[in-house]
Amino acid sequence: MRPNLHSFPLRPARVHEVCGPGATSFAAILAAGSTGPVLWIREDWQPETLNPQGLAPFFDPARLLLAQAPSQSDALAVAEEALRDGAVPLVVVEITRPLDLRQGRRLQLAAGTGGATGLCLIPEGMGSNAAETRWRATPHPAKTAGDSTVLRWEIIKNKSGTLGAWDVRWDDTAHRLHVVSPAGKRPGSAGAPG
Amino acid sequence: MWFPRLASDRALRARPVEAPFALTLRHASAERLSCRNAAAAALGLDPGMTLADARALCPDLLTAPADPPGDARFLGVLRRWATRYCPWVGTDGADGLVLDVTGAAHLHGGETAMLADMRARTARAGLTLRLGLGDTRGAAWALAHHGEGAAPPGDGLATLGPLPVEALRLAPQTVTGLQRLGLRRVADLAATPRAPLTRRFGPEPLARLDQALGRLPEPVAPEPDPPHYGLRLSLPEPIGRTEDVMAGAARLLATLCDKLHRDEAGARRLELTLRRADGGSQSIELRLASPMRDPHRILPLFARGVEAAEAGFGIDLLRLEATQVEDLPVQQLGGPVPAGRSAAALDDLITRIGTRIGLENVLRLLPADSHIPERAFSRAPAAYSRAETGWAAPRPRPLRLFPPEPIAASGSQPPARFRWRAMTLDTLRATGPERIAPEWWLPDETWRRGLRDYWRVETRQGRRLWLFHTPQQPGWFVQGEFA
Repeated sequence: MRPNLHSFPLRPARVHEVCGPGATSFAAILAAGSTGPVLWIREDWQPETLNPQGLAPFFDPARLLLAQAPSQSDALAVAEEALRDGAVPLVVVEITRPLDLRQGRRLQLAAGTGGATGLCLIPEGMGSNAAETRWRATPHPAKTAGDSTVLRWEIIKNKSGTLGAWDVRWDDTAHRLHVVSPAGKRPGSAGAPG
Repeated sequence: MWFPRLASDRALRARPVEAPFALTLRHASAERLSCRNAAAAALGLDPGMTLADARALCPDLLTAPADPPGDARFLGVLRRWATRYCPWVGTDGADGLVLDVTGAAHLHGGETAMLADMRARTARAGLTLRLGLGDTRGAAWALAHHGEGAAPPGDGLATLGPLPVEALRLAPQTVTGLQRLGLRRVADLAATPRAPLTRRFGPEPLARLDQALGRLPEPVAPEPDPPHYGLRLSLPEPIGRTEDVMAGAARLLATLCDKLHRDEAGARRLELTLRRADGGSQSIELRLASPMRDPHRILPLFARGVEAAEAGFGIDLLRLEATQVEDLPVQQLGGPVPAGRSAAALDDLITRIGTRIGLENVLRLLPADSHIPERAFSRAPAAYSRAETGWAAPRPRPLRLFPPEPIAASGSQPPARFRWRAMTLDTLRATGPERIAPEWWLPDETWRRGLRDYWRVETRQGRRLWLFHTPQQPGWFVQGEFA
C-alpha cells in the first residue's frame, strides 16, 4: 500500500515532532488515521485559530478537543497529563519555545505509560533530543499539478530507523494518503502507486 | 403572616433611608412602582402608579429597581425562619407565609405570646408584618389583610362578618360585581341565597366563603427543603500531612456520594474547605466535566489542590460541599455497550486538565450556520457541550485562520510577488475568486471593508495562503494558510 513510507503512522506510545509549513496538515493526516478523540493543545495568546472547516477533509472535527493553556509550561503539563492518562490516543501540542531534555523526556515517559501518541508541532530548529522521530513537512508546489495537495515529508531524525523523504498526497474523497511516485508520475493516472 | 412591604423592606434593610422610597418595575414599557415604604404611602403613592406620576406627587422620591426573584428568595429564607414556630409552613402568594400552628402555640406560651414574639422579631429585622390568626387558612388571610387580629375559635362568621368581601381572596372583577349588588361585607354574602349567587358568579365566592368558615378543607402545603449536600469533619488534633487530609476528604466524600446516590444526583462542582487551627481557611474548588458520584474517581482529582494547600499550624476542620448538583440517573452496568468506560475516562481527563487550565479552556468546536469563514464555527466548553457533526465547506478552506494581515498589492488579480511576514513570496498559481459578502445583519468591525474576493494562492516558496481582495475599498489581505 505504502511502499516506502516507513515510520508512518507514527510509532505509538512515543512522542514525535514535526516542523515546517506543512506541520498542521501532517498532524491532521495523522489524526485521520487514528480513532477516538484528538486533543490539540495550544497557548491561548496565539492569534491563529484552527479552522474546523479546513480540518473536515482530513478527519471529523467532532473528534477534536482543543485545550488552551496560558503558557507553554501549562501546555506541557496538560500534554503530560493527557499522554499518561491514555484516554486520548493522539495528543498534539504546539510548541513555541524549545523544550529542554527534561521536559522532552517527561513527555516521552508519560507517553510510554499511557500508550498514547504525542506529536509536537515545533518551529524550525527547535527540536528536542528526546523526540522519537522528527519530520519536516513542506508543501511541494513545483511538482504539483492540478490539485494542490502534494507535500514533501522528510524524516530528519529517527531514533530507531532510517531517514527518508517522500512526496505524499492526501486524497479528500478516499480519505487516504497516497505516496507520489518519485519518477514524477502523477497519482491517479494509469498506475497509481497509492 | 403578611408582609405588605416585603420588597421595599428588603431593599431598605441593606440601605436604610427615612425619606419616601419606592421600588420600580418596568411593566408594559412604563416604569411603575411595585412597592413603597410607609413614608411614600403616606404621600399617597400606590403600587401600580407610573414613576412619572409618583415624581409629580413627590419630587424627592428615592427609587431603586425591583428584583422579584430576589424577593422570592428572601421569602424562602423567611419561610425557613418561620419553621421555628411550627413545622408546617407554606408560602402564600409573593409576600405571605401561612403557618399551621395547630398544637404548636403552647410551645411559645400560647397564641397571644407567639404573635407578640413574631411581631417583635420581624420588627427588629425591619420588616412590616401583619398577622392574622384564625381557625382556617382563609380566616387567617382575611384577618391579616383586612383588620389585623386573632379570631376566637368556633364561630368564624362573627369575626369575619364585618370584613369587606375582598377579604375572601376573590378575583377583582368578582369583588366589583358583588359590590354592585350591594354585598359589601362577608356577612351580607353569607346571608344571601346560594343558588342565585352561584349562577351569577360561578362557584368561586361561595367556595372561598366555605373555606374561610371551615366548611371546605384547605390544607397548608409546606414546600420541601432543597436537599443540602454539605458535610464537615472536625478533628480533635490539627493535621498537616497531605495523606491525612486526603483520608479525611475520603471519609466525607464517601458519605456525600452515598447521599447523592440516594437522590440519583451527581456533583458537578465541589468545594473542599480546610480550616486551619489559626482561624484561616482555604477552599479547593473542583469543577467536574460531567456529573459524578463515584468517590474513587473524585478523590484523586482533589489531590492537586490539597497538595497546593498551605497547612500552617495544622488543619482542624474539613468541610466538603457539592455546590452544584445535577441529575444523574442510576444506569445499568454491564450492558452490551462498553463505550461508557472510555467516555468516563475522557471526562476524568477533561476534569483533570480543567483543574490546571480551567474547565472553560477545554473546548470543542461546533458548526455554526454562517458562510463567513471565521463565524462558521463556535467554541464551547467541552464539559458542557456535545460533539456535533455537519461540517460542510463549499470550497476548500484553510487549516489555520488568523486576523487579516494586510499586504502591499493592488489590482483585482492576485499579485505576482508580495511580502508577508518578512518573507518574499512568488505566486505560482492562484485559484479564485470566491466572493463572500458580509452579513449585514451582524455588524462586524473586520468586515467594514465590504465584499471579499478570496483567492487560494500557491507560492513558489511552498506556502499556500488564503488571500482576499476587497473591491469596495481596494486592498489585499492574508487570512489563512493551507498548511
